[in-house]
Amino acid sequence: MISELFTAQVLLGILTSGIRLATPYLYAGIGETFGQRSGVLNLGVEGQMLVGAFAAFYVARKTGNLWLGVLAALLVGALMGLAMAFISITLRAKQGISGIGFFLFGLGLSDLLFQTLLGSVQTVSGFRPLAIPLLSKIPVLGEVFFNQNLLVYGAYLLVPIAAFVMDKTTFGLKVRAVGENPEAADSLGVNVSLVRYITVTLGGMLSGLAGASLSIALLNVFQQNLTSGLGFIAVALVYFGGWRPWGVLAGALLFSMVNALQLWVQVLGLPIPSEFAVMMPYVLTIVALVVAVQRVRPPTALTKPFIREG
Amino acid sequence: MKQRLIEFWNSPVIDALLPVLATLAALLVGALMLLALGANPLVAYGALLDGAFGSLNSIADTLVRATPLLFVGVGICIAFRGGVTNIGGEGQLVVGALCATMVGLTFPDGPALVVVPLALLAGFLGGAVWGGIPGLLKAHFNVNEILSTVMMNQIAVQGMNFLLIGPLIDPVQLERASRIPQTARISAAFDLPRLAPTRLHLGTFLAIVMAVLVYILLWRTTLGYRIRAVGLNREAARYAGINVPRHIALSLALSGAMAGLAGAVQIFGVNFRMFTDGSATGFTGSAGFHGIVAALFGQLHPLGTIPASFFFGGLLVGANRLQRAVQVPAALIVTLNGLVVVFVVGTELWRQQRARRRVVERPSEHDEPSLTAIPPTAASLEGKA
Repeated sequence: MISELFTAQVLLGILTSGIRLATPYLYAGIGETFGQRSGVLNLGVEGQMLVGAFAAFYVARKTGNLWLGVLAALLVGALMGLAMAFISITLRAKQGISGIGFFLFGLGLSDLLFQTLLGSVQTVSGFRPLAIPLLSKIPVLGEVFFNQNLLVYGAYLLVPIAAFVMDKTTFGLKVRAVGENPEAADSLGVNVSLVRYITVTLGGMLSGLAGASLSIALLNVFQQNLTSGLGFIAVALVYFGGWRPWGVLAGALLFSMVNALQLWVQVLGLPIPSEFAVMMPYVLTIVALVVAVQRVRPPTALTKPFIREG
Repeated sequence: MKQRLIEFWNSPVIDALLPVLATLAALLVGALMLLALGANPLVAYGALLDGAFGSLNSIADTLVRATPLLFVGVGICIAFRGGVTNIGGEGQLVVGALCATMVGLTFPDGPALVVVPLALLAGFLGGAVWGGIPGLLKAHFNVNEILSTVMMNQIAVQGMNFLLIGPLIDPVQLERASRIPQTARISAAFDLPRLAPTRLHLGTFLAIVMAVLVYILLWRTTLGYRIRAVGLNREAARYAGINVPRHIALSLALSGAMAGLAGAVQIFGVNFRMFTDGSATGFTGSAGFHGIVAALFGQLHPLGTIPASFFFGGLLVGANRLQRAVQVPAALIVTLNGLVVVFVVGTELWRQQRARRRVVERPSEHDEPSLTAIPPTAASLEGKA
């Protein structure tokens, strides 16, 4: 039975869907990485994703234009990020709890709008796979890596860009400084609050986009609680990835591959109860958190509001 | 007179009203949303109030709905006072309910006076284990408990689905081949006593008793002192010789135990069997999350959580009436609950500033005990204990 799992075709299927499924984790996780590196824990990712997913789906369905849907998701994500920034930076609220508030808000709002504006589960024809010329013709690998849709490519492009911005640019340096030692950054003339506002709002936009990638690129539907915990996992992946974009990529891939494997276990009807297969990624995440936490240290100022002395 | 007014405005009384103001602000936002959806906010909120408190039956329903919120909320208070955040109420509630159901189904002919307390204890312990695992991970491996409790929720849901489709499924469902994922009904002899003709059951009183007990635990026992000392300042607590990891794990385990008890009481007082729609919400009604809202609203104090739970239970019950009256989905209330949380934590800074101002403005003028006094250090607490 187990050997059935390891035919070339199945492995390829797992790889292809694993690459696809990592998309929302990448967008949300990288956005969250910027927020946390600057010292703000945004636990509202799940809520931002839900609202973003709905906005993208609704706009795309009404206008028939997928890019307008993406734009809508970015916009509502930015608004929710801005609200989170205001609450946690200007009002210095406890971040874990305010995040839960935003999660409930997003969960309720997306459900409310879904029921009033759509009424039933509908589908949309989302982003189609776009074969990259030449590269997609590479045997085996071409199909896996270069015949995905645009939002998937975008997520993978974001990783090196985010790593570059974080490690090689002045802005990235400011983000890291503000997250490690806000007092020192402040004394050197860095506007701590502004930097944090930017990262948290950016995080909101990327969470919105993560939601859009689900509703108009991967699943092409919207329903109540579409994300079902995905946003919380994205936050966990930031810890797992040691607060680095490449680390988040590794975590997202590991997680989505296990998820894809789990789907195939069900498709092939292997004698493992599907519930245990679904459970696997979460158990893995807890184990990964245990391992990851011993390896790297979180940003020193994470969850600590900055109060300027004097 | 003016002086009096200013003094009143600066007094802690206004602080206690802050959550109420936060709720009013959330309701105001809700009114705008209702207007945007083409519904009359007055009619909608009128229906909500009527649905929640309009008759003896609706008041009883409100109390029943408030019961799991109160259990979970009291648990949240313990965790918070111990300096940890428990987002795992949903999973702990599910595990507690499963454990209690199993006890009820294992001894169908036992005396109720033995089986029911045993089942509640099983729920308590099940929740304690489910909260204790993230607690131990936090205490010994410094794993962020917010994330691990969220993962534990998902694991609990899958475990529940597996058990209810498989080993625990109602034999009747197997015979009929309808295979609805639910257990058999527990023996009717085990149902918690009810205040007929309403649905109000003994569990509500049990929840209130637990809230009082937890208050005594936290403020009148050595264990409670230690938990709060660890919550106030881990370093100081460690310096005072308190075993910090143990008390971190313990506060999460106790917090989980309360949620587990909520699940057990749901089974024996409301549902009489365990069922699932595939998600946690199907069984819990998101009590694990709404309990956090209630605890925050009650200023993270077990006694304050009692009225807060009744208030939010009322909102949730009234939401259904609102939905029927103005055709706006009950999900509106979940949205507003989220806003209440955001507003309550958003006004925390203001409260701190007011507290500081009081200390500055009235430097030991009176000898009255001040709410704003600097909290005792762990060392002095230990000395007393």
